[in-house]
Amino acid sequence: MDTMTDNTMLEVRDIKRDYELPGGLFKPKKIIHAVKGVSFKLERGKTLAIVGESGCGKSTLARMLTFIDEPTGGDLLIDGQKMDTRPGHLTPEMRQKVQIVFQNPYGSLNPRQKIGDVLGEPLAINTSMSAEERRHRATEMLKKVGLGPEHYNRYPHMFSGGQRQRIAIARALMMNPKLLVLDEPVSALDLSVQAQVLNLLADLQDEFGLTYVFISHDLSVVRYIADEVMVMYFGEAVEYGTRDEVFSDPKHEYTRTLFAATPRADIESIRARVARKKAATAA
Amino acid sequence: MALLQIENLTVEFETATGWFKAVDGVSMSVEKGEVLAIVGESGSGKSVAMLAVMGLLPWTAKITADKLLFEGRDMQNISPAERRKLIGKDIAMIFQEPIASLNPCFTVGFQIEEVLRVHLGLDRQARRARAIELFRQVGLPNPEERLSHFPHQMSGGQCQRVMIAIAIACNPKLLIADEPTTALDVTIQKQILDLIMALQAKNGMGLIMITHDMGVVAETADRVVVQYKGRKMEEADVLSLFESPKSNYTKALLAALPENATGDRLTTVSAFFDGNPEPAPGVNA
Amino acid sequence: MADTTAAKPTEPVSSAAMRRQMLREFWFYFSENRGAVLGLIVFIALVFVAIFASFIAPHSPFEQYRDFVLLPPAWAEGGNPSYLLGTDPVGRDILSRLIYGAQYSLFIGVFVTTLSLAGGIIVGLIAGYYRGWVDTVIMRLMDIILAFPSLLLALVLVAILGPSLTNGMIAIALTLQPHFVRLTRAAVMAEKTRDYVTAARLAGAGPLRLMFRTILPNCTAPLIVQATLSFSNAILDAAALGFLGMGAQPPAPEWGTMLAEAREFILRAWWVVTFPGLAILITVLAINLMGDGLRDALDPKLKRS
Repeated sequence: MDTMTDNTMLEVRDIKRDYELPGGLFKPKKIIHAVKGVSFKLERGKTLAIVGESGCGKSTLARMLTFIDEPTGGDLLIDGQKMDTRPGHLTPEMRQKVQIVFQNPYGSLNPRQKIGDVLGEPLAINTSMSAEERRHRATEMLKKVGLGPEHYNRYPHMFSGGQRQRIAIARALMMNPKLLVLDEPVSALDLSVQAQVLNLLADLQDEFGLTYVFISHDLSVVRYIADEVMVMYFGEAVEYGTRDEVFSDPKHEYTRTLFAATPRADIESIRARVARKKAATAA
Repeated sequence: MALLQIENLTVEFETATGWFKAVDGVSMSVEKGEVLAIVGESGSGKSVAMLAVMGLLPWTAKITADKLLFEGRDMQNISPAERRKLIGKDIAMIFQEPIASLNPCFTVGFQIEEVLRVHLGLDRQARRARAIELFRQVGLPNPEERLSHFPHQMSGGQCQRVMIAIAIACNPKLLIADEPTTALDVTIQKQILDLIMALQAKNGMGLIMITHDMGVVAETADRVVVQYKGRKMEEADVLSLFESPKSNYTKALLAALPENATGDRLTTVSAFFDGNPEPAPGVNA
Repeated sequence: MADTTAAKPTEPVSSAAMRRQMLREFWFYFSENRGAVLGLIVFIALVFVAIFASFIAPHSPFEQYRDFVLLPPAWAEGGNPSYLLGTDPVGRDILSRLIYGAQYSLFIGVFVTTLSLAGGIIVGLIAGYYRGWVDTVIMRLMDIILAFPSLLLALVLVAILGPSLTNGMIAIALTLQPHFVRLTRAAVMAEKTRDYVTAARLAGAGPLRLMFRTILPNCTAPLIVQATLSFSNAILDAAALGFLGMGAQPPAPEWGTMLAEAREFILRAWWVVTFPGLAILITVLAINLMGDGLRDALDPKLKRS
């Protein structure tokens, strides 16, 4: 604990996750190392972005941070407290400190549950609040995320993707968590809606002093939202530093490949491309 | 003569709450050797318009258009047999989900050779040779070996390469790419886009790139059509679109790009319009 | 687009209005299938007849009119208009017996379906949620039940329990149950991996809440369809058991039992077997058509836009 300063919200030490592929009759078991020992520290109120392509282990890491999956090895310290991640050893208080927002807003809400019940469920399970008070809290939260009390009685299928993601964010905030893990929260959304949700996340971070772990594959979003950036490649953190360090001076070969592959939408690059094409057709 | 000419195309579907206009009076045209990007968000009708041209919509859809011409031939009153001859040969299409677009029961070799047999009538040996040549062209390593692979044995990027190989098998005059890289990682996206653009330049085919990603538009298009809720908002060449967008909707889209952020919040659509945006002046004339 | 203000003014706000709108949507998809609507009309008529049997039926189903034995239907030669569909070998009015028989058939359908549905859901939920050896044991047991021809199994069970309508229904429910177990298990397994279940688990929901409150409501569509099909199956099987003398016992006016009693008169008096047979046919057909429409209307691919 001595390495902990007061301001550290989340510390991860050499966390690992192996998957076992069950062997067949004549096939030996196979072990897949999804996350191979990742360490980082995150200050209160900051945003860490974890970048990588599909299968790099970033979602597995997110699931470990939110206690959905149990780490195979390593330590997880939240708010200076070492988490006992074995199933059954997790106290509700610990669980409430971390919440997650999933990528797909169409799968993360129960289609048969009214929005009011979606938001009220965490309160109904974990507190002895009256139905009246739950309703009040849920309505308040709906307003916070830019929806209205008139949405309380509706079902998820009556909302657009962006609105659903707002609801998912509201649900994650119902128990006043300190750390929010956002697993590609805007990659299923349209561009204009993505901007609104990103703004909402920034507003909420200011208001509640939330700490974000933001999983993404979109570098332009990461560059906009992150304080610190970690690049993952085949289960390893190949690059880790502040946003400016990583974007201005990428150290690892893979990070540079990633930057080079990202499409550019600035006027200069378009002009250069159009000029190149003109030259090619003229030749 | 334009390669593909669409004038005042409207596509409607019947739903529980009445007729829904997925495409509403859209006109556009593509020249030979030109790259046209159709950009729009979900529900903008960008894919539906192209599926209507291909005749791939379910029969419940009501399609009306003043003109729907491919190389001057009317695509509306064409017989199904004629249409089948055209599609896959002169007009080819690539879809968003590469793995789902390939039939999982057959090898990729069988699937590409089938196209060659149906449209070009090549014999067995010629088919195989051409398939290997095509696989080499789209950059698949060990093309001879690849022919006997099934789709599930390949990655998404490789499957998309196979789809492209199938699409260009008969040297189409027009290639329609419907979000060809949306399901792929960014490094793979780069490779696939480069491949499509190289093939387009080499074969001189018309290319319609349907996408929601402004970055893809910026990297590929000559001319851009912006759509919103089935209506055309703006049409411009790529440089003027990014430099001086005319319609409020395009302005809003560009402002919402995180790389264009100024200050610590992004500019959202409400800064540009309330309710439905108006098309740029003169765009639907 | 304008994300927060997109709510249309026509969208309902109260729970009652919400339910009305969902019902309207359901009816839109259901009514697209003409056969289903026809089936529904026949089924409603059947329920009506069953409930008001004592008012509609012209005679008592048990009263034996000794002077009018084996009377042909009213329109045939020698018919009597007060016995519209003729009489059976002991002089009972066939129309009245058919009308009262509707009560039996509907009761059998409801009882058997409820029993096998309830059992199937609970067992299927457990198998699909816990997996592992529990799942293996349950599913092998279901496979064994499915391996028997269903009527044969029902016959064996009735032979053990003793022939009566109640035992027959229990036996049929048992043979129909594996279908529900399999269906529930498959649906639970598919739903369990979805993010909303994980989210509920993160909110602290226990296994019981997850199974019954979170997952089960999302598995209802295939179960409702299977239930309607089982309904007709139950009626059919019960009629078969009745025909074999192992179901409802005479003089109960159960359709299958009526067929059995009239067996020896098939050649002499066609009406004593034709009308009960037609009643079974029409009922089962109507319910199957209705089930078809339900599947269209409840198909998640159509509904979950």
